[in-house]
Amino acid sequence: MRPFDYRRAETLDSVAEGGRIIAGGTNLLDLMKLQVEIPDTLVDINRIAGLDRIEPQGEGLRIGALVTNTEVAADPRIRAGYPVLARAILAGASGQIRNKATTGGNLLQRTRCPYFYDPAMACNKREPGAGCSAQGGVGRMLAVFGTSDACLAAHPSDMAVGLRVLEARVEVRGTDGATRQLALEDFYCLPGDRPDIESVVQPGEIITAVILPAPVAGSVQSYRKVRDRASYAFALVSVAAVATMRDGRIDHLSLAYGSVAPRPWGDDAVTDALVGQAPDAGLFRRAADRLTAGHTPHPDAAYKLPLLRRSLQSVLHEVTGLSEAAIGTDKAEAFA
Amino acid sequence: MRTTLTVNGERHDLSHDERLSLLDAIRDQIGLTGTKKGCDHGQCGACTVHVNGRRVNSCLTLAAMHDGDEITTIEGLGTPDAPGAMQASFQACDGFQCGFCTAGQIMSASAVLEEIGRGEPSHVSSSLSSIDGMTDGELAERMSGNLCRCSAYPMIRAAIARAAEAAE
Repeated sequence: MRPFDYRRAETLDSVAEGGRIIAGGTNLLDLMKLQVEIPDTLVDINRIAGLDRIEPQGEGLRIGALVTNTEVAADPRIRAGYPVLARAILAGASGQIRNKATTGGNLLQRTRCPYFYDPAMACNKREPGAGCSAQGGVGRMLAVFGTSDACLAAHPSDMAVGLRVLEARVEVRGTDGATRQLALEDFYCLPGDRPDIESVVQPGEIITAVILPAPVAGSVQSYRKVRDRASYAFALVSVAAVATMRDGRIDHLSLAYGSVAPRPWGDDAVTDALVGQAPDAGLFRRAADRLTAGHTPHPDAAYKLPLLRRSLQSVLHEVTGLSEAAIGTDKAEAFA
Repeated sequence: MRTTLTVNGERHDLSHDERLSLLDAIRDQIGLTGTKKGCDHGQCGACTVHVNGRRVNSCLTLAAMHDGDEITTIEGLGTPDAPGAMQASFQACDGFQCGFCTAGQIMSASAVLEEIGRGEPSHVSSSLSSIDGMTDGELAERMSGNLCRCSAYPMIRAAIARAAEAAE
């Protein structure tokens, strides 16, 4: 690991002075050991007061940036009102890592693309303009949507997929002390020709919280993660869903997809076409076909398209009651 | 820089390079070598210790981030003459072969019993509001951050289940 200066921030104002923020550190320190990340200064934000709480906000909840993944998944209000978020978090990492990983840090974790992780390989995300070794390389974990010629890497977070499907907003504090809130799809940048820029968070800025809207009363929520082994592995694909039914038809529906794009993915046209419809296997098959139509990923990752189609259909069957709910599908309840 | 750690109830004032991991602080500076360095990247779990009562990978955190924290290592659970309950259960069930991962397994396992006791669900829990109990599936899921290259997993699960029964 390269030498660095270590500074402990006691206030949010002192974060604005710059330096690489460290919270849980489970991803950053790993990357520093590999010299993928070489920060001059680490700013430890763990002692900043007030960021470690989950509090009511409006009809929803405000999750402080330092609340650990374990604490979010175990919180009774999250388990009752936002089960898809608890399920997504519990599907990720290991017990030890979830105890350390924070809400803000999880959102800002880096891709696990093997070419990003190997400083001997060309990577535009590590070194803009260097080239992309994943093009023509081994690529079964790569993204299939939202990529560019410069970068094929997928965002690995499960938690972020749960947040997107719940229409959560990320609160970012600027260097002037003012905060702004962004939907997940606006928080993350697509790679374009600058894959090193992954989110709207600028140097000196900090994520202060994630804001959850009111729970979707009576909804059925599901997180389906498909991976190479049963536990402690990143997703090949994942599907998150929140649905309510009325008079035998889909009344409300939200869908998000993980490990298929540089950010938690969504497709409004696919979702909108399902709302108001009676659940039906053919309807779901057509929705799945529409989701992946026109995409031609890296050949090694092409298997993700049929895997995603089948996963989506299975989840839609469960959240609309067309088939019995498996583990990972839960009914949301009010937490008042 | 300087950091104060309380390890197994004993206070240690360390003078160290910023880069010192909690794991290297425990092993090289404090001299408690029961905690093992396996992968040094958070994949194997051999370095698992408790920080303020929660299990973490000590390789993936800096000593500097834990100034004032309470750390428990395998040496804090018991001694060869007076082993702790989980240590005794691993012995009774042959919950190891080469033994390199064992300290991490035991630290993780003792935390798992507390997590289940607090009602925290896992990925395989059929309900988020109640836990299915000490099934093999629950234990395998909750222990997935601890690898055993000898593959002593059946005996490790048996040891944890035995310790859980003894605790009831």
